[in-house]
Amino acid sequence: MKRIFFAVIGTVLGLVALLSFKTQSAPLPAPAGGLPAAAASNPPSSTPAPATTSGPAPPGRSRSSSASTPASKKFVGTAVQTRYGIVQVAVTVSGTHVAAANFVQLTAFDGRSQQINSEAAPILLQETLTAQSAHIDTVSGATYTSDGYVQSLQSALDQAGIR
Amino acid sequence: MTAATATAHPQRRVEHCMGTVFSFDIRSPGVAGEALDDVIAWLHHIDRTFSTYRGDSDISRLRRGEVELRDCAPDVAVVLARCAELTDETDGYFDCRPDGVLDPSGYVKGWAIERASDMLGAAGSVNHSITGGGDVQCTGHAGADRPWVVGIADPLRPRRVIATVSGSELAVATSGTAERGRHITDPHTGVRPEALASVTVVGRRLADVDAYATAAFAMGELANAWLTARDLSALLVDPAGGVVNTGR
Repeated sequence: MKRIFFAVIGTVLGLVALLSFKTQSAPLPAPAGGLPAAAASNPPSSTPAPATTSGPAPPGRSRSSSASTPASKKFVGTAVQTRYGIVQVAVTVSGTHVAAANFVQLTAFDGRSQQINSEAAPILLQETLTAQSAHIDTVSGATYTSDGYVQSLQSALDQAGIR
Repeated sequence: MTAATATAHPQRRVEHCMGTVFSFDIRSPGVAGEALDDVIAWLHHIDRTFSTYRGDSDISRLRRGEVELRDCAPDVAVVLARCAELTDETDGYFDCRPDGVLDPSGYVKGWAIERASDMLGAAGSVNHSITGGGDVQCTGHAGADRPWVVGIADPLRPRRVIATVSGSELAVATSGTAERGRHITDPHTGVRPEALASVTVVGRRLADVDAYATAAFAMGELANAWLTARDLSALLVDPAGGVVNTGR
């Protein structure tokens, strides 16, 4: 049985664990604390909902001043230089739930995956980070017309492969 | 160096057919160019047979009552029989007679890609992917010790990928609001579903996977439960960008 799985992070724990795997690479200088190591040993679900905004932040984390609700806290991880690119993740915790996980930085890994960058996607391209190669071979998306294809990511991949 | 030869000279072909674009990516050991030509010619043959835009296609003639099913190309009966089964399997959400008019287009593309992949395999290819209008069938590996990696387009942000899925025998189909031509409606209400921005279903064989994605998109809020009950691997994106995945 061949493996079939989505590289989707259901909880941020997987994301954090994954990133902590990558911390053998040297972290880049960044003002934020070290998310990977700290969060892996102190997952967001154990973070107490702050009763006041002046509650102590866990060590090694920075708190966003733009939290959308009083119980919502945003943690910004250290930018990590991996061999696949620079990765920096922000996690928003609401109470004991992870409300969002966003990329602060996800720089291009190589020329073929320039379009993969997303500051908003709550999904980590886990397979991209864990595979031997950063390649995405093809793209599945709602059907596009021949005209739409020209602007599509699939078109970019085809051009990269055909050149 | 085997690792290099496995990916150094992939055969690539881009072909416009069925109103969209088919991308062929054949990795080592590859096939003769004529074999790929034959597969592409077959795709155009299928388009001529099934197109609802061509007045002389078998489907158009069936619609007009000019011919019987037995007068059509044998593939027509195969496709329509499977469409009828899929309509039952999906509680009517996959429907090749929307508004009572025969239109198996929603099945033909995925089925044709699956068949084309089999044809390449019969010609000797063991590692290839075929993507047609955003539906993907992969076989074998993308490279030495590396499975195929399929990006799933973010329905809300063009040219961006919201997730990836990898595997060897891998079929990935996405239905969504960006879908062309066959405007998906809930066949029970006639209303265009708005609960989801896109549904991606993953499996091993594209024809059914594509139909399930179409049906799930039409189901809207019911899709998650239906996909889960069938143990189908799927990624659902709602219009606000929320993401749910089902199965393994």
